[in-house]
Amino acid sequence: MATHLIVVEHSAGKLVKATLAAVAAAQKVGGDIYAVVLGQGVAGVAAEIAPYVKKVQVGEHEGLKDRLAQPWAKVIADAATGAGITHVWGAATGAGKDLLPRVAARLNAGMASDISAVVDDRTFKRPMWAGNITGTVEITTAKKVVSVRPTEFTPPAPGAAGEIGSIDVDPGVSKMSWVKFDAVVSDRPALSDARVVVSGGRGLKGPEGFKTIIEPLADALGAAIGASRAVCDAGWVPNDWQVGQTGKVVAPELYIAVGISGAIQHVAGMKGSKCIVAINKEPEAPIFQIADYGLVADLFKVVPELTAAIKASRG
Amino acid sequence: MKFLVTVKRVTDYEAKIKLKADKSGIVTDGVNMIMNPFDEIGVEEALRQKEKHGGEVVVVTLGTTDAVAQLRSALAMGADRAILVRSDAALDSFAVAQVLAKVVEKEKPDVVLMGKQAIDDDSNQASQILAELLGWGQATFANTINIDGRTATVVREADGGLETVSTTLPAVISTDLRLNEPRYASLPGIMKAKKKPLEEVDIATLGVDLAPKVKLIGFEEPAAKKAGQKVADVATLLEKLKTEAKVL
Ligand SMILES: Cc1cc2nc3c(=O)[nH]c(=O)nc-3n(C[C@H](O)[C@H](O)[C@H](O)COP(=O)(O)OP(=O)(O)OC[C@H]3O[C@@H](n4cnc5c(N)ncnc54)[C@H](O)[C@@H]3O)c2cc1C
Repeated sequence: MATHLIVVEHSAGKLVKATLAAVAAAQKVGGDIYAVVLGQGVAGVAAEIAPYVKKVQVGEHEGLKDRLAQPWAKVIADAATGAGITHVWGAATGAGKDLLPRVAARLNAGMASDISAVVDDRTFKRPMWAGNITGTVEITTAKKVVSVRPTEFTPPAPGAAGEIGSIDVDPGVSKMSWVKFDAVVSDRPALSDARVVVSGGRGLKGPEGFKTIIEPLADALGAAIGASRAVCDAGWVPNDWQVGQTGKVVAPELYIAVGISGAIQHVAGMKGSKCIVAINKEPEAPIFQIADYGLVADLFKVVPELTAAIKASRG
Repeated sequence: MKFLVTVKRVTDYEAKIKLKADKSGIVTDGVNMIMNPFDEIGVEEALRQKEKHGGEVVVVTLGTTDAVAQLRSALAMGADRAILVRSDAALDSFAVAQVLAKVVEKEKPDVVLMGKQAIDDDSNQASQILAELLGWGQATFANTINIDGRTATVVREADGGLETVSTTLPAVISTDLRLNEPRYASLPGIMKAKKKPLEEVDIATLGVDLAPKVKLIGFEEPAAKKAGQKVADVATLLEKLKTEAKVL
């Protein structure tokens, strides 16, 4: 019988929703599900995750205040040793990608990264080659570590709140220290869980294009803003906005790609969107091959029209 | 300051990746092979850090003798010497990290620079596993690296912004896209690379248990997305989004 430990991610005192995808994946295997919450002053996070698991183990410690891979991996591995834990799960977010392989190393366990499906307790599917290929991987070790692609698993419904208890933690000796975090400040919804995403590419010609073309459309739709790698590299927008194989994976109900050619590396991060709209002046642009609706036009002309029409229809 | 940079031979990011008819793997015949782009960023960073701090840049790969081409590319960029750990079998990330730990034991670098992911298997595991096996600090997804004495301060591309962490050296650092723009090898660089030392080590001599912890047991192509439609104008688009797709 499998017993699961969910590594709970949190940010600014709130549960990061992607964690629930990890719960959903663990539920597919079946068995008891526990959660571990680390940090300082994380009682609120523990209460948020409790309705999804049997038991929440809270490890509060000065040495865990900031999420650093070395001390966190030690404490998580300690929590996963004994107690019959067979699987350690987390979300394949930036934080999860940083932390979970280190947990696997400490447990001498095999790890499946960024899975898109659960086949059975040891077998998982995952995108490879920028999503061109779906690989099936089998973890052969007794303990298994799995990171879960948040867009591929629907968060479960909450149930009766699980018990919350605290655990003794020893962060050990760490070579790392945390310095600071420069957040991208925005009033818009977070890219990872927005219902609508408007993304811009090199076709916008410069940062001004994002200001005058993309932002008004995103505002009219209450959408998050994404971008291609090219424009992040160029410094037009924050790096955190990059959608794709090596950036964020998103799957909103509506994804509008503006002035983006549709390179496979970009498509890898958004092809799971329910409805894809592409606006590009080049009729042969690859983005049209995966778009549900394509508009061949000059974005500088049609996007402001679209923004105005949406505003008008919403009064 | 000694830098060990890992280099992986991967399929070109521009190549069209297709499954073999028997689904045993991907078609590699006629597919161009390159140095993993994140590793190229690692080589570039090591060269720049060496320009500042002095020292040596050693590049290492695990693979067949074909991977010598990628080692030579790194040498042509300016790396000082190369190590090929020869392995004909495909290895999982854990085995790769264990082998690298052996190389580290021998080479004693101050910094190991690795790509955050290889663009073929997209696993994003090896650098973190290596750091743990060594008991070193790690700084993944590096955007900026500042080395001062025995401390590396690294700005990381994190969820929601840029995070700065520091770690004492030795440490493992993985590269992200914005760390630098790799140089092209110059013609004299390419000529010199041919004469730079390239050591070959048989993986079997390293005493590492290579039994896979993760086996790749199947491949499939994801279901193709059905072709959509072109719309004539903004009014039609809006109408379809409302009544057909029902997303507005
Ligand atoms: C290792 C690696 C990892 C990568 N990871 C990612 C990733 O995660 N995400 C990602 O996005 N990319 C990634 N890339 C880059 C990717 O290969 C492409 O280079 C990039 O996505 C292109 O960005 P773009 O579509 O904005 O630019 P371009 O390809 O230059 O496309 C611009 C488009 O704008 C259109 N256009 C121009 N003017 C107008 C106008 N006035 N009106 C309408 N349309 C117009 C053009 O027709 C064109 O199709 C990666 C590449 C590598 C090598």
